[in-house]
Amino acid sequence: MSQPGGVLGDALLVARKDLLLERRAKIGIGQVLPFAILVLLLFAFALDPDRGILKLATPGLFWVTVLFSAVLTLQRSFALEAEDGILEALRLSGMSPAGIYLGKVTALTIELLLLEAVLVLGVAVLYDTKFLGIPLLFAIALLATLGIAGAGAVYGALAARLRSRETLLPLLLLPLLAPVLIAATRGCEVSLEREAMSGWPWAALLGIFALVYLTLGSFLFRPLLEDA
Amino acid sequence: MSAIVHLRSAVALIGRFPALAGVDLDVHAGEILLLRGPNGAGKTTLLGVCAGLIGLSTGEAVVLGEDLTKNRRAVRRRVGLLGHDSFLYQDLSVVENLDFWSRAAAATVADGRAALDRLGVASRLFELPVHSLSAGQRRRVSFAAMICRRPELWLLDEPHAGLDSAGRDLVDGLMSEAATSGATVLFASHELDRAEHVAHRSVTISGGVILDETPPSTETRAEL
Repeated sequence: MSQPGGVLGDALLVARKDLLLERRAKIGIGQVLPFAILVLLLFAFALDPDRGILKLATPGLFWVTVLFSAVLTLQRSFALEAEDGILEALRLSGMSPAGIYLGKVTALTIELLLLEAVLVLGVAVLYDTKFLGIPLLFAIALLATLGIAGAGAVYGALAARLRSRETLLPLLLLPLLAPVLIAATRGCEVSLEREAMSGWPWAALLGIFALVYLTLGSFLFRPLLEDA
Repeated sequence: MSAIVHLRSAVALIGRFPALAGVDLDVHAGEILLLRGPNGAGKTTLLGVCAGLIGLSTGEAVVLGEDLTKNRRAVRRRVGLLGHDSFLYQDLSVVENLDFWSRAAAATVADGRAALDRLGVASRLFELPVHSLSAGQRRRVSFAAMICRRPELWLLDEPHAGLDSAGRDLVDGLMSEAATSGATVLFASHELDRAEHVAHRSVTISGGVILDETPPSTETRAEL
Protein backbone atom coordinates (compact mmCIF):
# COMPACT_ATOMS: atom_id res chain seq x y z
CA MET A 1 0.00 0.00 0.00
CA SER A 2 1.90 3.00 -1.25
CA GLN A 3 0.95 6.16 -3.06
CA PRO A 4 1.64 6.79 -6.75
CA GLY A 5 4.94 8.51 -5.91
CA GLY A 6 6.10 5.26 -4.29
CA VAL A 7 8.69 5.05 -1.54
CA LEU A 8 10.70 7.94 -2.96
CA GLY A 9 7.64 10.17 -3.31
CA ASP A 10 6.59 9.41 0.28
CA ALA A 11 10.14 10.07 1.50
CA LEU A 12 10.28 13.46 -0.21
CA LEU A 13 6.86 14.40 1.15
CA VAL A 14 7.81 13.50 4.73
CA ALA A 15 11.24 15.15 4.47
CA ARG A 16 9.70 18.37 3.15
CA LYS A 17 7.13 18.34 5.94
CA ASP A 18 9.77 17.76 8.65
CA LEU A 19 11.96 20.58 7.32
CA LEU A 20 8.92 22.85 7.17
CA LEU A 21 8.12 21.97 10.79
CA GLU A 22 11.68 22.86 11.76
CA ARG A 23 11.43 26.15 9.88
CA ARG A 24 8.21 26.98 11.73
CA ALA A 25 9.21 25.84 15.23
CA LYS A 26 12.92 26.76 15.00
CA ILE A 27 13.87 24.19 17.62
CA GLY A 28 17.16 23.44 15.87
CA ILE A 29 18.28 27.05 15.73
CA GLY A 30 16.70 28.10 19.02
CA GLN A 31 17.60 25.15 21.23
CA VAL A 32 19.80 22.46 19.68
CA LEU A 33 22.40 24.78 18.17
CA PRO A 34 22.91 26.85 21.36
CA PHE A 35 23.18 23.59 23.30
CA ALA A 36 25.83 22.25 20.91
CA ILE A 37 27.88 25.46 21.05
CA LEU A 38 27.61 25.45 24.84
CA VAL A 39 28.99 21.90 24.96
CA LEU A 40 31.92 22.94 22.73
CA LEU A 41 32.57 25.88 25.05
CA LEU A 42 32.46 23.70 28.16
CA PHE A 43 34.95 21.30 26.61
CA ALA A 44 37.19 24.29 25.86
CA PHE A 45 36.95 25.44 29.49
CA ALA A 46 37.54 21.94 30.86
CA LEU A 47 40.51 21.16 28.58
CA ASP A 48 42.68 24.25 28.52
CA PRO A 49 43.58 25.08 24.87
CA ASP A 50 47.13 26.04 25.94
CA ARG A 51 47.89 22.49 27.09
CA GLY A 52 47.37 20.98 23.62
CA ILE A 53 44.97 18.33 24.90
CA LEU A 54 42.04 20.12 23.30
CA LYS A 55 43.66 20.08 19.91
CA LEU A 56 44.35 16.35 20.16
CA ALA A 57 40.82 15.60 21.34
CA THR A 58 39.03 17.91 18.89
CA PRO A 59 37.61 15.21 16.55
CA GLY A 60 36.23 13.17 19.46
CA LEU A 61 34.77 16.21 21.18
CA PHE A 62 33.20 17.34 17.92
CA TRP A 63 31.45 14.00 17.32
CA VAL A 64 30.36 13.60 20.94
CA THR A 65 28.76 17.04 20.65
CA VAL A 66 27.08 16.00 17.40
CA LEU A 67 25.75 12.81 19.02
CA PHE A 68 24.27 14.67 22.00
CA SER A 69 22.71 17.21 19.65
CA ALA A 70 21.37 14.41 17.44
CA VAL A 71 19.57 12.86 20.42
CA LEU A 72 17.81 16.18 21.07
CA THR A 73 16.89 16.55 17.40
CA LEU A 74 15.56 13.00 17.25
CA GLN A 75 13.49 13.41 20.38
CA ARG A 76 11.87 16.52 18.95
CA SER A 77 11.28 14.91 15.55
CA PHE A 78 9.47 11.89 16.96
CA ALA A 79 7.68 13.72 19.77
CA LEU A 80 5.86 15.64 17.02
CA GLU A 81 4.71 12.39 15.45
CA ALA A 82 3.43 11.10 18.78
CA GLU A 83 1.20 14.15 19.38
CA ASP A 84 -2.43 14.56 18.36
CA GLY A 85 -2.81 11.09 16.88
CA ILE A 86 -0.31 11.79 14.10
CA LEU A 87 1.08 8.24 14.19
CA GLU A 88 -2.42 6.89 13.62
CA ALA A 89 -2.93 9.35 10.80
CA LEU A 90 0.35 8.27 9.20
CA ARG A 91 -0.74 4.64 9.39
CA LEU A 92 -4.09 5.53 7.83
CA SER A 93 -2.51 7.63 5.10
CA GLY A 94 -1.38 4.61 3.14
CA MET A 95 2.14 5.97 2.82
CA SER A 96 4.88 3.37 2.67
CA PRO A 97 6.53 2.92 6.10
CA ALA A 98 9.90 2.73 4.35
CA GLY A 99 9.10 6.05 2.66
CA ILE A 100 8.19 7.65 5.99
CA TYR A 101 11.42 6.29 7.51
CA LEU A 102 13.62 7.51 4.66
CA GLY A 103 11.88 10.89 4.71
CA LYS A 104 12.60 11.33 8.39
CA VAL A 105 16.20 10.19 7.88
CA THR A 106 16.61 12.71 5.04
CA ALA A 107 15.28 15.60 7.11
CA LEU A 108 17.37 14.60 10.14
CA THR A 109 20.49 14.31 7.98
CA ILE A 110 19.98 17.79 6.49
CA GLU A 111 19.35 19.33 9.91
CA LEU A 112 22.39 17.63 11.45
CA LEU A 113 24.67 18.52 8.52
CA LEU A 114 23.72 22.18 8.91
CA LEU A 115 24.41 21.92 12.62
CA GLU A 116 27.78 20.29 11.94
CA ALA A 117 28.70 23.06 9.51
CA VAL A 118 28.20 25.62 12.27
CA LEU A 119 30.05 23.41 14.76
CA VAL A 120 33.03 23.13 12.38
CA LEU A 121 33.25 26.91 12.43
CA GLY A 122 32.95 26.80 16.21
CA VAL A 123 35.76 24.29 16.46
CA ALA A 124 37.94 26.39 14.15
CA VAL A 125 37.44 29.47 16.32
CA LEU A 126 37.35 27.95 19.80
CA TYR A 127 39.89 25.14 19.40
CA ASP A 128 42.13 26.78 16.78
CA THR A 129 41.74 23.80 14.45
CA LYS A 130 43.21 23.79 10.94
CA PHE A 131 41.25 21.82 8.38
CA LEU A 132 43.08 19.63 5.87
CA GLY A 133 41.49 17.15 3.49
CA ILE A 134 38.17 18.92 3.08
CA PRO A 135 36.67 16.28 0.70
CA LEU A 136 37.43 13.54 3.23
CA LEU A 137 36.00 15.61 6.05
CA PHE A 138 32.82 16.21 4.05
CA ALA A 139 32.49 12.52 3.15
CA ILE A 140 32.96 11.49 6.77
CA ALA A 141 30.43 14.05 7.97
CA LEU A 142 27.85 12.94 5.39
CA LEU A 143 28.26 9.19 5.97
CA ALA A 144 28.47 9.44 9.76
CA THR A 145 25.39 11.67 9.81
CA LEU A 146 23.48 9.21 7.61
CA GLY A 147 24.40 6.45 10.07
CA ILE A 148 23.33 8.54 13.07
CA ALA A 149 20.04 9.53 11.41
CA GLY A 150 19.43 5.99 10.12
CA ALA A 151 19.84 4.33 13.52
CA GLY A 152 18.28 7.29 15.34
CA ALA A 153 15.08 7.20 13.32
CA VAL A 154 14.54 3.54 14.23
CA TYR A 155 15.07 4.14 17.93
CA GLY A 156 13.15 7.43 17.79
CA ALA A 157 10.11 5.55 16.49
CA LEU A 158 10.60 2.83 19.09
CA ALA A 159 10.83 5.32 21.96
CA ALA A 160 8.08 7.64 20.66
CA ARG A 161 5.30 5.58 22.25
CA LEU A 162 7.02 5.31 25.63
CA ARG A 163 6.43 7.69 28.50
CA SER A 164 10.10 7.59 29.45
CA ARG A 165 11.34 8.35 25.93
CA GLU A 166 13.50 11.32 26.97
CA THR A 167 15.76 9.11 29.08
CA LEU A 168 15.36 5.86 27.17
CA LEU A 169 16.33 7.16 23.73
CA PRO A 170 19.94 8.09 24.62
CA LEU A 171 20.34 4.85 26.59
CA LEU A 172 19.28 2.81 23.57
CA LEU A 173 20.90 4.87 20.87
CA LEU A 174 24.31 5.94 22.11
CA PRO A 175 25.74 2.40 22.53
CA LEU A 176 24.55 1.52 19.03
CA LEU A 177 26.30 4.59 17.63
CA ALA A 178 29.61 3.90 19.35
CA PRO A 179 31.09 2.34 16.16
CA VAL A 180 30.04 5.44 14.17
CA LEU A 181 31.60 7.68 16.81
CA ILE A 182 34.88 5.74 16.68
CA ALA A 183 35.11 5.63 12.88
CA ALA A 184 34.09 9.29 12.47
CA THR A 185 36.58 10.40 15.11
CA ARG A 186 39.46 8.42 13.57
CA GLY A 187 38.58 9.62 10.08
CA CYS A 188 38.48 13.22 11.26
CA GLU A 189 41.80 12.84 13.08
CA VAL A 190 43.34 11.80 9.80
CA SER A 191 41.72 14.58 7.82
CA LEU A 192 42.77 17.20 10.35
CA GLU A 193 46.28 16.13 11.13
CA ARG A 194 47.80 13.83 8.54
CA GLU A 195 47.79 12.59 4.97
CA ALA A 196 44.19 12.94 3.85
CA MET A 197 44.12 9.85 1.63
CA SER A 198 44.70 7.46 4.52
CA GLY A 199 41.38 8.46 6.05
CA TRP A 200 39.27 7.00 3.26
CA PRO A 201 39.05 3.50 4.78
CA TRP A 202 37.30 5.11 7.76
CA ALA A 203 34.90 6.81 5.38
CA ALA A 204 34.24 3.46 3.71
CA LEU A 205 33.53 1.89 7.11
CA LEU A 206 31.09 4.69 7.90
CA GLY A 207 29.43 4.04 4.54
CA ILE A 208 28.94 0.40 5.48
CA PHE A 209 27.47 1.35 8.87
CA ALA A 210 25.11 3.80 7.16
CA LEU A 211 24.04 1.21 4.59
CA VAL A 212 23.38 -1.42 7.26
CA TYR A 213 21.40 0.98 9.46
CA LEU A 214 19.36 2.33 6.54
CA THR A 215 18.57 -1.12 5.17
CA LEU A 216 17.55 -2.49 8.56
CA GLY A 217 15.60 0.68 9.33
CA SER A 218 13.62 0.48 6.10
CA PHE A 219 12.44 -3.00 7.03
CA LEU A 220 12.00 -2.44 10.77
CA PHE A 221 10.02 0.77 10.49
CA ARG A 222 6.79 -0.97 9.45
CA PRO A 223 6.45 -3.08 12.63
CA LEU A 224 7.61 -0.10 14.70
CA LEU A 225 4.93 2.11 13.15
CA GLU A 226 2.31 -0.60 13.67
CA ASP A 227 3.19 -1.01 17.35
CA ALA A 228 3.47 2.70 18.05
CA MET B 1 -27.32 -4.93 -0.42
CA SER B 2 -23.64 -5.68 0.34
CA ALA B 3 -22.18 -5.35 3.83
CA ILE B 4 -19.44 -2.73 3.95
CA VAL B 5 -18.69 -3.64 7.56
CA HIS B 6 -19.16 -7.23 8.65
CA LEU B 7 -18.14 -8.20 12.18
CA ARG B 8 -18.82 -11.54 13.83
CA SER B 9 -17.88 -12.39 17.42
CA ALA B 10 -15.26 -9.66 17.18
CA VAL B 11 -12.99 -9.48 20.23
CA ALA B 12 -10.39 -6.72 20.51
CA LEU B 13 -8.04 -6.32 23.45
CA ILE B 14 -6.55 -3.06 24.65
CA GLY B 15 -3.68 -4.42 26.70
CA ARG B 16 -5.46 -7.28 28.46
CA PHE B 17 -8.81 -5.52 28.62
CA PRO B 18 -11.45 -6.76 26.16
CA ALA B 19 -12.63 -3.44 24.74
CA LEU B 20 -14.75 -5.42 22.28
CA ALA B 21 -16.06 -8.66 23.74
CA GLY B 22 -17.85 -10.36 20.85
CA VAL B 23 -19.43 -7.81 18.54
CA ASP B 24 -21.75 -8.84 15.70
CA LEU B 25 -22.46 -6.02 13.30
CA ASP B 26 -23.32 -5.46 9.65
CA VAL B 27 -23.34 -2.02 8.05
CA HIS B 28 -24.48 -1.68 4.46
CA ALA B 29 -23.43 0.57 1.61
CA GLY B 30 -24.88 4.06 1.79
CA GLU B 31 -26.01 3.57 5.39
CA ILE B 32 -25.50 6.00 8.28
CA LEU B 33 -25.16 4.03 11.50
CA LEU B 34 -25.12 5.65 14.93
CA LEU B 35 -23.16 3.97 17.70
CA ARG B 36 -24.65 4.80 21.08
CA GLY B 37 -23.29 3.88 24.47
CA PRO B 38 -21.69 5.15 27.66
CA ASN B 39 -18.05 6.18 27.99
CA GLY B 40 -15.76 3.16 27.78
CA ALA B 41 -18.39 1.06 26.01
CA GLY B 42 -16.08 0.22 23.10
CA LYS B 43 -17.31 2.70 20.47
CA THR B 44 -13.87 4.17 19.75
CA THR B 45 -12.32 0.69 19.65
CA LEU B 46 -14.98 -0.45 17.20
CA LEU B 47 -14.15 2.49 14.93
CA GLY B 48 -10.44 1.70 15.27
CA VAL B 49 -11.06 -1.92 14.28
CA CYS B 50 -13.03 -0.82 11.20
CA ALA B 51 -10.17 1.55 10.27
CA GLY B 52 -7.68 -1.30 10.42
CA LEU B 53 -5.80 0.33 13.27
CA ILE B 54 -6.71 -2.17 15.98
CA GLY B 55 -6.42 -5.88 15.38
CA LEU B 56 -8.90 -8.52 16.49
CA SER B 57 -7.88 -11.21 18.95
CA THR B 58 -10.64 -13.51 17.72
CA GLY B 59 -13.63 -13.25 15.45
CA GLU B 60 -14.26 -12.08 11.90
CA ALA B 61 -13.90 -8.60 10.44
CA VAL B 62 -14.45 -7.83 6.78
CA VAL B 63 -14.46 -4.13 5.88
CA LEU B 64 -14.89 -2.88 2.31
CA GLY B 65 -14.34 -6.43 1.17
CA GLU B 66 -10.99 -6.76 2.95
CA ASP B 67 -10.49 -9.45 5.56
CA LEU B 68 -8.91 -7.50 8.41
CA THR B 69 -7.82 -10.64 10.22
CA LYS B 70 -5.45 -11.28 7.29
CA ASN B 71 -4.40 -7.77 6.33
CA ARG B 72 -5.45 -4.72 8.35
CA ARG B 73 -3.45 -2.30 6.20
CA ALA B 74 -5.40 -2.99 3.02
CA VAL B 75 -8.40 -0.98 4.11
CA ARG B 76 -6.71 2.06 5.59
CA ARG B 77 -6.47 4.28 2.55
CA ARG B 78 -10.14 3.70 1.77
CA VAL B 79 -11.49 4.84 5.15
CA GLY B 80 -11.59 8.25 6.78
CA LEU B 81 -11.31 8.47 10.55
CA LEU B 82 -12.20 11.51 12.61
CA GLY B 83 -11.06 10.79 16.14
CA HIS B 84 -10.69 12.66 19.41
CA ASP B 85 -7.22 13.77 18.31
CA SER B 86 -6.88 16.39 15.62
CA PHE B 87 -4.47 14.37 13.41
CA LEU B 88 -2.86 17.74 12.57
CA TYR B 89 0.65 19.13 13.02
CA GLN B 90 0.19 21.98 15.47
CA ASP B 91 3.11 24.06 14.17
CA LEU B 92 2.10 23.86 10.52
CA SER B 93 -0.47 26.18 9.03
CA VAL B 94 -3.94 25.05 7.97
CA VAL B 95 -3.01 24.80 4.28
CA GLU B 96 0.35 23.18 5.00
CA ASN B 97 -1.47 20.47 6.96
CA LEU B 98 -4.07 19.99 4.25
CA ASP B 99 -1.42 19.90 1.51
CA PHE B 100 0.54 17.26 3.40
CA TRP B 101 -2.37 15.01 4.32
CA SER B 102 -4.01 15.24 0.91
CA ARG B 103 -0.76 14.33 -0.86
CA ALA B 104 -0.09 11.57 1.67
CA ALA B 105 -3.44 10.06 0.75
CA ALA B 106 -2.73 10.36 -2.99
CA ALA B 107 -5.27 13.19 -3.32
CA THR B 108 -4.38 16.55 -4.83
CA VAL B 109 -3.69 19.87 -3.17
CA ALA B 110 -6.82 21.15 -4.93
CA ASP B 111 -8.83 18.44 -3.14
CA GLY B 112 -7.52 19.78 0.16
CA ARG B 113 -8.47 23.39 -0.65
CA ALA B 114 -11.92 22.29 -1.83
CA ALA B 115 -12.41 20.40 1.43
CA LEU B 116 -11.49 23.48 3.45
CA ASP B 117 -14.04 25.50 1.47
CA ARG B 118 -16.65 22.80 1.98
CA LEU B 119 -16.07 22.87 5.73
CA GLY B 120 -16.44 26.64 5.78
CA VAL B 121 -12.89 27.33 6.96
CA ALA B 122 -12.36 31.04 6.29
CA SER B 123 -9.45 31.81 3.96
CA ARG B 124 -8.04 34.28 6.51
CA LEU B 125 -7.24 31.25 8.69
CA PHE B 126 -5.35 29.37 5.97
CA GLU B 127 -1.87 30.64 6.88
CA LEU B 128 -2.33 30.42 10.66
CA PRO B 129 -0.61 27.62 12.58
CA VAL B 130 -3.11 25.04 13.76
CA HIS B 131 -2.21 25.60 17.42
CA SER B 132 -3.59 29.11 17.21
CA LEU B 133 -7.05 27.97 16.04
CA SER B 134 -10.05 27.51 18.30
CA ALA B 135 -11.21 23.95 19.07
CA GLY B 136 -14.10 24.29 16.63
CA GLN B 137 -11.89 25.60 13.84
CA ARG B 138 -9.42 22.77 14.42
CA ARG B 139 -12.28 20.29 14.22
CA ARG B 140 -13.34 21.71 10.88
CA VAL B 141 -9.78 21.47 9.55
CA SER B 142 -9.52 17.85 10.78
CA PHE B 143 -12.80 17.10 9.04
CA ALA B 144 -11.48 18.71 5.85
CA ALA B 145 -8.31 16.59 6.04
CA MET B 146 -10.52 13.53 6.31
CA ILE B 147 -12.92 14.24 3.46
CA CYS B 148 -10.20 15.27 1.00
CA ARG B 149 -9.21 11.58 0.98
CA ARG B 150 -12.66 10.79 -0.52
CA PRO B 151 -13.14 7.83 1.83
CA GLU B 152 -15.58 5.06 1.06
CA LEU B 153 -16.21 4.48 4.76
CA TRP B 154 -16.48 7.41 7.18
CA LEU B 155 -15.64 6.58 10.79
CA LEU B 156 -16.51 9.51 13.02
CA ASP B 157 -15.95 9.67 16.76
CA GLU B 158 -18.07 12.44 18.26
CA PRO B 159 -18.12 14.44 15.02
CA HIS B 160 -20.16 17.28 16.56
CA ALA B 161 -17.80 17.83 19.48
CA GLY B 162 -16.45 21.36 19.74
CA LEU B 163 -18.53 22.69 16.86
CA ASP B 164 -21.02 25.54 16.94
CA SER B 165 -24.59 25.10 15.75
CA ALA B 166 -23.77 25.95 12.14
CA GLY B 167 -20.84 23.54 12.21
CA ARG B 168 -23.02 20.76 13.57
CA ASP B 169 -25.59 21.32 10.83
CA LEU B 170 -22.77 21.26 8.31
CA VAL B 171 -21.48 17.93 9.63
CA ASP B 172 -24.99 16.44 9.48
CA GLY B 173 -25.28 17.65 5.91
CA LEU B 174 -21.91 16.16 4.98
CA MET B 175 -22.84 12.78 6.44
CA SER B 176 -26.11 12.75 4.51
CA GLU B 177 -24.36 13.80 1.29
CA ALA B 178 -21.73 11.10 1.77
CA ALA B 179 -24.38 8.43 2.21
CA THR B 180 -26.31 9.69 -0.80
CA SER B 181 -23.18 9.49 -2.93
CA GLY B 182 -22.61 5.86 -1.90
CA ALA B 183 -20.22 6.17 1.02
CA THR B 184 -21.04 4.53 4.33
CA VAL B 185 -20.97 6.38 7.64
CA LEU B 186 -20.40 4.89 11.06
CA PHE B 187 -20.38 7.42 13.86
CA ALA B 188 -20.36 7.51 17.64
CA SER B 189 -22.14 10.27 19.45
CA HIS B 190 -23.58 11.21 22.79
CA GLU B 191 -25.75 13.92 21.25
CA LEU B 192 -28.61 11.58 20.60
CA ASP B 193 -31.28 14.08 19.57
CA ARG B 194 -29.18 15.38 16.72
CA ALA B 195 -27.50 12.06 15.90
CA GLU B 196 -30.70 10.02 15.72
CA HIS B 197 -32.12 12.57 13.32
CA VAL B 198 -29.33 12.05 10.79
CA ALA B 199 -28.75 8.31 11.33
CA HIS B 200 -30.58 5.65 9.35
CA ARG B 201 -30.13 3.13 12.13
CA SER B 202 -28.54 3.00 15.55
CA VAL B 203 -27.01 0.36 17.78
CA THR B 204 -26.24 0.52 21.47
CA ILE B 205 -22.90 -0.81 22.60
CA SER B 206 -21.98 -1.38 26.22
CA GLY B 207 -19.31 -3.46 27.87
CA GLY B 208 -17.85 -4.27 24.47
CA VAL B 209 -20.98 -5.93 23.06
CA ILE B 210 -23.94 -4.75 21.00
CA LEU B 211 -26.92 -4.61 23.33
CA ASP B 212 -29.73 -3.62 21.01
CA GLU B 213 -30.42 -2.25 17.60
CA THR B 214 -32.93 0.29 16.44
CA PRO B 215 -34.13 -0.76 13.00
CA PRO B 216 -34.25 1.75 10.18
CA SER B 217 -37.45 3.70 9.77
CA THR B 218 -39.69 3.00 6.78
CA GLU B 219 -38.47 6.23 5.25
CA THR B 220 -34.83 5.24 5.72
CA ARG B 221 -35.44 1.75 4.41
CA ALA B 222 -36.85 3.27 1.24
CA GLU B 223 -33.73 5.47 0.92
CA LEU B 224 -31.44 2.48 1.30
